Formats: sequence, structure tokens, C-alpha cells
Amino acid sequence: MNIVVCVKQVPDTTEIKIDPIKKTLIRQGVPSIMNPFDKNALEEAIQLKEQYSGSVTVISMGPEQAKATLREALSMGADKAYLVTDRAFGGSDTYATSYILSKVIEKLGPFDVILGGKQAIDGDTGQTAPSIAEHLGIARLTHIRSMKIDGNKCVVEREIEEGIEIVEAKLPILCTATKETNKPRYATIKGKIDSLKADIENITLADLPNMDITKIGLKGSPTRVKSTFIPERKSSCEMLEIVNPRETAKVLFGKLAEAKIL
Amino acid sequence: MSLLYTEEQKALIALVKDMAENEIKPYVQELDEKGECPGELFKWAFDMGLHMLEIPEEFGGTGLSYETTAMIFEELAKVDAGYAITFVTTFVALRNVILSGTPEQGKYFADIIGKGNFAAFALTEPNAGSDPAALRGTAVKDGDDYILNATKTFITNGEIAALFVGFFKTDVKAGHKGISAFIIDADAPGITIGQHENKMGLRLSNTTDVTFENVRVPASSMVGAEGSGFKLALNALNLSRAFVATLAVGIMQRALDESVKYAKERKQFGKPIIKFQMVQQMLADMAIKTEASRVLVNNTMRMMDNGSLVRKEGSITKTFVSDCAQEVTSNAVQIFGGYGYSKEYPVEKLMRDCKVFQIFEGANQIQRMTIANELDREYK
Repeated sequence: MNIVVCVKQVPDTTEIKIDPIKKTLIRQGVPSIMNPFDKNALEEAIQLKEQYSGSVTVISMGPEQAKATLREALSMGADKAYLVTDRAFGGSDTYATSYILSKVIEKLGPFDVILGGKQAIDGDTGQTAPSIAEHLGIARLTHIRSMKIDGNKCVVEREIEEGIEIVEAKLPILCTATKETNKPRYATIKGKIDSLKADIENITLADLPNMDITKIGLKGSPTRVKSTFIPERKSSCEMLEIVNPRETAKVLFGKLAEAKIL
Repeated sequence: MSLLYTEEQKALIALVKDMAENEIKPYVQELDEKGECPGELFKWAFDMGLHMLEIPEEFGGTGLSYETTAMIFEELAKVDAGYAITFVTTFVALRNVILSGTPEQGKYFADIIGKGNFAAFALTEPNAGSDPAALRGTAVKDGDDYILNATKTFITNGEIAALFVGFFKTDVKAGHKGISAFIIDADAPGITIGQHENKMGLRLSNTTDVTFENVRVPASSMVGAEGSGFKLALNALNLSRAFVATLAVGIMQRALDESVKYAKERKQFGKPIIKFQMVQQMLADMAIKTEASRVLVNNTMRMMDNGSLVRKEGSITKTFVSDCAQEVTSNAVQIFGGYGYSKEYPVEKLMRDCKVFQIFEGANQIQRMTIANELDREYK
């Protein structure tokens, strides 16, 4: 079984700094890590490989330093890693990024399973992985809890608000992982050493001849970020003393009406 | 940090730190109280390969240098030195079988350990600690076998080991030249594991008596020539002295880290106590001793990587570092004041953990004798 995992290098901080002009994230001076949900996706891929055999390929789009994240994926047990990098890809939004990655997956494939994290902790859009499925014209199942393969189909447990949904789908399939999917393993000492020496190939625009270049980079991105900010969290709590439940309920009703909740 | 680390060393240290802090550290306080460590916690280190670090690749190991191996063990010891010594003891036993035994013996031992098992060194007896020539345990030839009898005490990993390297007299009249070493499967009939020692420190490490009563082993399980056991034990001790010193550096670094953090937070007379000169002097001395110890360990490791037996240097390292650790951890408790004496805070454990480093692998008094004897020889 051939599996590809899309991983993203993200800044290791919850405190996001934003470029006031370009309205994009400033990544300089912040230590980088593999997006935690992508780590869950990678763990799921490695477990699938251990169960059904096959190989795990990891791809990441980003600058040269994103190779550190690919090396980490190799140290955990991925077989091959490719960095998708080109000046022409710079400034891509989730639409353009997912389009580029879908072309990379077509080039490296065919794959039975495509995995990614449910969202990246920097942009938090959760759009890129599902959009890849759209570009490829295949099914997608997000927020998976578990995954089993049965011939040319898979059975997936999904987390939904009401509970757990069990879905059967045809391969190839794209799935996104969450914290609940699994607990990512640690690299082995040997895996870590080997990953530091591994060759990681670059995939550039020149390697992807079928690309529609009007759909990539800043110019090919339909999204324009108007502004980004961290919403101020305001919360207050008022305790009502219950002397007479009926009276207190009336007071509560009045307060909720005042706050325009009722 | 006093050493020049390679990129690879930095990456390995970070990996072990990540695992130890997330998977082991949360349980250490409770396990220290109980005096045990469950197998599932050891599994993290086995999965990572921390039992096979320096073991050559032809024996299924990772083939790291002693230097890098020591850095990894130091990191583990920062979280718990008892956890770390469980792996150090296994490593030293396996390493010495590979060094002194036949290739077949090395492979046999490495295959069993490689699968995720522990080993133990059975040398000490109730009346033979610093003086191994006084061993009473015997190995008597019987056809193609040897029959082993002994009561061994303070055996690290006694209860959890799959394999022992045991020392017995094949010639009771020959003093230390009558000692021979054997590889013994832990499930061999006649082996009885005694009570787990209720120790002052290193309480995650398993320590028991081991009794050998008419344990039959094939003659092929003898490591090295008959009568070479004492030499083998000395070589093993040179190696283990350098490695336990690494663990003591880990304990010291933890004591320093905790103390500086506390001294910056704790306010008296309106300012953090780190602003007081007497506290500053203690912290500075702790840092000096920790750094000097680490550099000394590192140099000894590099000498071993270059083939030196570190007869004198191993003793110097172990003695200096364990004496420093005693002072550094005691001062950590002092800086924490009344809180330092409480088990709610992490530093009293460090003081308990490091006391044994002045005792085991040859008491520091014996080490000083060894160092003086070496000096006497050198200056002839």
C-alpha cells in the first residue's frame, strides 16, 4: 500500500506575529516544529504500513529549512521525503497550495491513502488537505479516529459533534488526523541518525510540467487576507445565590434577556 | 553547557530529553516513593534503542561512540538516575562480554539484550565488596559443565535481568587469580532472587540478592580464560565508573537547574534570593563543579573511544564527580531551605540518589588507593 503524508513546518508558539503589511505570518526568530496534527497523520501512515505493508512518502511545501521537518518524519519511520519548493510557489494560499500539492501527489503516485493533519496550528484554516482531495477528484474523510483497510476500500471512524460516525469509502482516499487519532511515536536513536544523513530531493515547478501557473503563488491565490488579529477573550462570571429557586430562575431569566441571549 | 556538541549529538540529546520529560518524569516522584519502576516505562527507552547505543552494528547495536553514549545517559539521568542506571548496567555487562568473550558469546548476549531485556553483573558478595579476592562463590567442573554456588548481594537489575555475568572461584586457593566469569541465563534452575533492597536512593533501580545453588552451566559459558575473571571485572569496572560518573553529572545538572529556577522565584527581604551574595556563591560553586565534572567525564569517554583502559582516569573521574555531586545536591537542598527538605520538592531526592555514587563501583577510598598505586608505578 502506498501512502503519502502532507506535513507542514510551523512556528512553535501560540503567540503569532503578523506582518502588518503583507498580513502573513512572520516566521523569523521562532523555533519551528512539525505541525502536531501532521505528526498524528504520519503516525497513522506508519501504523498502516506496519499493518498492511507498503511505503510512506512525506511531502512538505516550504523553504529549504522545512527539510528539518521532513527529516523528523524520516526519523519516525517514513521511507521517502520530498521538499516542494520554488520561488513561484511563494505566497500561495490554501487553494494554490492544495493545487500544487495535488500535482506533486499525481507525479509521485499513485497512492492508496493520502493523510494530513486536520489543520495547521499557525494558519488554522483546515482547508489545505481537504482541498487536495477536491483537486484530485477523490473522497475525503476528515477528523478520523481510526482507519482500517479492506481490499480496495477503507473503514474509517470519524469524530463528529454528535458522536462517532463509521464510514466506508473507496480507495484512494484522503483523511485528516487529530490528536485523538493516535499517540505519535518517538524516533529511534538509529532512525534519528539516519535521518540526519538522508538525501531529501527538491521538487520544483520545472518538475511539474502539467501545472497551470495561473493557479499558483501569490497571483494565483484568490484569498486576500484583510487583517489578522488575535481576538480578545472577555469573559466574566456572576454567581447567583439560590434562596428561592423560582425567584432565582426569574433573576437568571432577566439577566439572560438583558444580555440578549434570550 | 560546557561541551562542543556535534549536530548529531544535539539532535540525539533533544530526542532523549523529549521522551524522558514527557513519558518518565511525570511518574518519578511516585515511583521513588514506591521504590520500583514498571516495565512499561522501560519500554520507552527500549523502543528508542537506549540499550544498544555503543554496541557495534555487527551485534545489532547503533555503534555510537562512548562519548555520545555518555551524553545520552546524562540526559536520562537528569530525569531519573535510577532509571538510567538500569540501562547503564545492562550496557556494561553486554559490552564486557563482547570485549572479553568469544564472538559467539557476544552474539548470544547481544541477541537477548537487543530484543529488549536487561542484564546484571553478579560480583559482590556479603563479605567481598572492595576486596573481590575474598569471593566465596565457587564454580566446580563436572564433565562438560560447571556447577555454580554463591550468594551475591546488591545486584543491580537482579530481579529483572534475563542474563547474568557472574563471578565465581574456579580455584579457591588462588586468590583473585582463581576467579572466572560465566554467562548465566536468569531462568537457569537453582537461581533464587532475594528481596528487593529498600534503598536510600536510586529507587527506580532494582537491587536484590541473587543466590546460585548448584546452577549448572556449560563450560562454553565461561567468559575468557579460566582465572581471568578478576581482570575482566576490573575492565568492566573501569567502564562502569566512567558511565556512572555521567549519571552523577546528570544529577548535578538537574540540581543546578532546579536551584537557579528556585533562587530566581523565591523572594525574601523584598528580592529574589539569587540577588544575595551568599546564595550566588553557592550557585556559582555548583556550576563550577558541574561543568568541571562534565568535561572530565567527556575526556575520559574520548580516551576510551581511543582505546585507553582509563585505569587511573576512570577512578579519578568517578571519585571527583561523585564527591562534587554530593556537595552540589546538598547545596541544592540548602538553597531550597525548608522546602528542600520536603519530598514535595525535587532536590532531596537528588541528594539521596547521588550518595551511592561515592560507594558503588569501588568506594571512593578504594579509588584513591588505586590512583595512588598508579602514581607510584608511573613515577618509578
